[in-house]
Amino acid sequence: MRIGHVLPQIVLLVGAATTLVVALVLPRRRQSWSGAVALAALAGTAGAQLSLVATSDQLTFDLLWALDASTHVASILVCAITAVAVLLAREWMVTDPRFGEYHALLLLGALGAIVMAGAADANELVVGVTLSSVTGYTLAAYHRRSALSVEAGMGYFLIGGLSNIVLLVGVVLLFAAAGTTLYADLPGSLAAADPWLLAGAAVGLPVGLAFKVGAVPGHGWVPDVAQGAPLPSAAFLTVVPKVGGVLALARLVDLVPASSRATTAVAVLAALSMTLGNLAALRQEDVRRLLGWSSVSQAGYALMGVAAVQGSDQAVPALLLFLVVYAVANTAAFAVVGLLRGRTRLEDFAGLVSVRPWPAWALTIALLSLVGIPPLAGFAGKFALFTATIDADLAWLAALAVVNTVVSLFYYLRVIAACHLREPPAETVALLGRWSTAAVALAVAGTVVLGLAGGVVLGTAQARPLLP
Amino acid sequence: MLTTAVLAPLAGALALVGLRVGERAARWLAVAVSLVPLAAFLAAWAAFDSRSAEQFQLVTAVEWLPTVGVGYRVGVDGVALAVVGVTTVLFTAVIAFPADTRGRARPWYAWLLFLEGVCLGLFVALDLIVFYVFFDLSLVGMYFLISRWGHAGAEAAALKFFLYTLLGSLALLIGMIGLALAMDPITFDMRELIAAQPLAGAGHAVLVLVALLLGLGIKTPVVPFHTWLPAAHVEAPAPASALLAGVLLKMGAFGMIRIPLAMMRETFAAVAPVLGVVAVVSILYGAFVALGQGDIKRRIAYTSVTHMGYTVLGIAAAGGLLAGAEEARALALTGATIEMVAHGLITGALFLITGSLWERTADYAMDAYGGLADRVPRLTAATVVAAFASLGLPGLVGFVAEFQIFVGAFAVYPVLAAVGLLGVLVTAALFLQLLQRVFLGERSGYWDGLRDLDAAEQGSLGVLLALTVVLGVAPAPLLDVVDAGSTLLLGAAG
Repeated sequence: MRIGHVLPQIVLLVGAATTLVVALVLPRRRQSWSGAVALAALAGTAGAQLSLVATSDQLTFDLLWALDASTHVASILVCAITAVAVLLAREWMVTDPRFGEYHALLLLGALGAIVMAGAADANELVVGVTLSSVTGYTLAAYHRRSALSVEAGMGYFLIGGLSNIVLLVGVVLLFAAAGTTLYADLPGSLAAADPWLLAGAAVGLPVGLAFKVGAVPGHGWVPDVAQGAPLPSAAFLTVVPKVGGVLALARLVDLVPASSRATTAVAVLAALSMTLGNLAALRQEDVRRLLGWSSVSQAGYALMGVAAVQGSDQAVPALLLFLVVYAVANTAAFAVVGLLRGRTRLEDFAGLVSVRPWPAWALTIALLSLVGIPPLAGFAGKFALFTATIDADLAWLAALAVVNTVVSLFYYLRVIAACHLREPPAETVALLGRWSTAAVALAVAGTVVLGLAGGVVLGTAQARPLLP
Repeated sequence: MLTTAVLAPLAGALALVGLRVGERAARWLAVAVSLVPLAAFLAAWAAFDSRSAEQFQLVTAVEWLPTVGVGYRVGVDGVALAVVGVTTVLFTAVIAFPADTRGRARPWYAWLLFLEGVCLGLFVALDLIVFYVFFDLSLVGMYFLISRWGHAGAEAAALKFFLYTLLGSLALLIGMIGLALAMDPITFDMRELIAAQPLAGAGHAVLVLVALLLGLGIKTPVVPFHTWLPAAHVEAPAPASALLAGVLLKMGAFGMIRIPLAMMRETFAAVAPVLGVVAVVSILYGAFVALGQGDIKRRIAYTSVTHMGYTVLGIAAAGGLLAGAEEARALALTGATIEMVAHGLITGALFLITGSLWERTADYAMDAYGGLADRVPRLTAATVVAAFASLGLPGLVGFVAEFQIFVGAFAVYPVLAAVGLLGVLVTAALFLQLLQRVFLGERSGYWDGLRDLDAAEQGSLGVLLALTVVLGVAPAPLLDVVDAGSTLLLGAAG
């Protein structure tokens, strides 16, 4: 046990506290300094995690914390996406009198997601889920005078409260059945466990985590939050908790014996999420809501990777790559909406390419990447996922994902067609500012570069990507 | 050399997006850039050794996603070289052809160059995923060309095209993954897959083959997966139609040669009779439906279904047997390849001609015309040559191709070949009828002011049609290279 093994998480926690203090001390007009502190904390966290990559994979802190490729990738990814959210908040939230504290909430939400991803103990998982949820509700409802934002936060809170209780019951039943919540000890004690208690745990854990993943049956909050929450929160909440939740679920699925139906259950959730999300997105007239439903369907693809964890060595690397490329492209799409000062009705995007060519192309690239058009990042992720799924003998799920991808092209193209084929508006299209531009540029650059360099993510995660 | 041919147009497309140049400058810049791949092709042609025992030459390989066996691998055999040749020629001709860019010249030429790079990348790919990347990117390029510069219903047609062919390409991807997973360690390297024949005797080989053929069949297209094609062709601007028919359709047939025929010989032989029947149905269906069309562009579009049917028939015959009739099967495969070259040149020219008509009259209806021959002699001459080439007149390249396909197919599937020959007859009828209605008979005074082809149009069409004559009269150099490719391909399999 070495304190250095959780140094990144300590840096993030201290960074969040510092950000909060800075926000409390500084006058209103200097609140943006807390954003700079937050960025420094994120950079420090990512750097510290990067320095741990060379450490041999192990369970540390009395087997509570998994130090492996999944934790590394999740931590660095969460830091990167949170940094983009901080950039987006710089102009979007600046008029809010409590602008500074917003950053502290982002950092704590990021910490919650990282704890979820790295937890090797069910109780610790609950800590991560709770931290991520509590900050998430506040982030969603941060526009206190906007009915949409408060409604999104309220809905998020209600569904979240229920889901977290279901998760907690699942953990309790798991403890009752196996006598331990440590993942390292679970496989040995599961064999003799009471099957009825286990069945309860097998329902509670995935259903509870589905809320964080934004997948069926815990998906109800996603479109509302995507549409109503402050835009940086929407970008953050449709990505960061998902990363943590998917990896937490993958660790759990990897533990249970192959004879159990866990894989099938996750596969069914994946199938439902991708199909429901896509069908609901088809007719949306609001781009943020459309992105929300698309996020539900993308959660379905991610669960496809979770379902393949037992059957294929390719699954975890593929899952990590998919999470990275989804996160980058989804953030890019939200960032463009933010840059356009939140114009979100489909008709407001008409002819954007002739008025504002670069944002229009950034949005086009982000959406094509979400479809999975090569050589953008989304292709590498989907390709790796398809390979793992077929390798795990889940070809039916891959076939369903293919059909869903074609369906998803229809609604992504509605946005693209609006940008490229409609008559441009008469009035000028105002942009937010250079910080938001920087956020778009970073996310789009990631979408392009990761398409060609996705091998780096796959490579880090080859040997033993998932502990225990 | 091959990589230059792929990257130069892509870089040119980016440059056109960045540079603020006018319409004329954009066009000439694009023509100049498109000469780079043409030159690279000629250099590759010169460097290619058709007597070598090595199937793939001029190979380059760079790692991309090493853990899943994906790399940027390119190279050509005789089959690919021929298709690369017609691609470079047709793109230069189409880019030089005057087009109505509706005030958006730079994006128009940028997309054309993008598409050229993508098509060439596909034809030289020696890695399944590289092939797939370019296969998919061609959809994006074509979607924007059709939807932004097409006719009234273009957006819907482009959407249908994109959705339909994306379904096809994803089916193809699933098939490719099925192939690669059968290798240990997993690899998408085409040369290794061809050598290993990974799914021979495997139970799910038929499923993989069906996924591959579904994907490639939608792109080709074969009946019953052709329904996206007429809509896309009718709504697309004429130069885009020329490229769609001349180059993009070849991706499907070329893929059939490159992937299932080469990599799944055993399973392919079992399924080949079905593919042959589908091909013959496409031939006849395309020909008869074309005969019923009063819209010139639609009529030409349906003849593409017929001609791609010939190609698929040749491919089915080539892969129909595991042993025996080697010469006939090599002949069929060579014929199928030459048909791709011929159809690219001829149909490219035909669609460019419809573009010239539209520029002048904004009308595709055959009945609107009549007796144009003495008013626009050069346009008439070009159409006559192209139409005769398309219906397979001896002395023109279409004949060389169809003759070889049918000779080869008779040795393997005599009944199918005999039925397929009917298609040639109907094609002849439909083109003669078109010539007669548009160019002969009484001319309405309405067309007295019609302009004949201008210099640029003559240049582009002249090159394409001259090549159909030259390759028809003296096909030997082309045949040498293609023969080398098809013999090695079938030989490597046998």
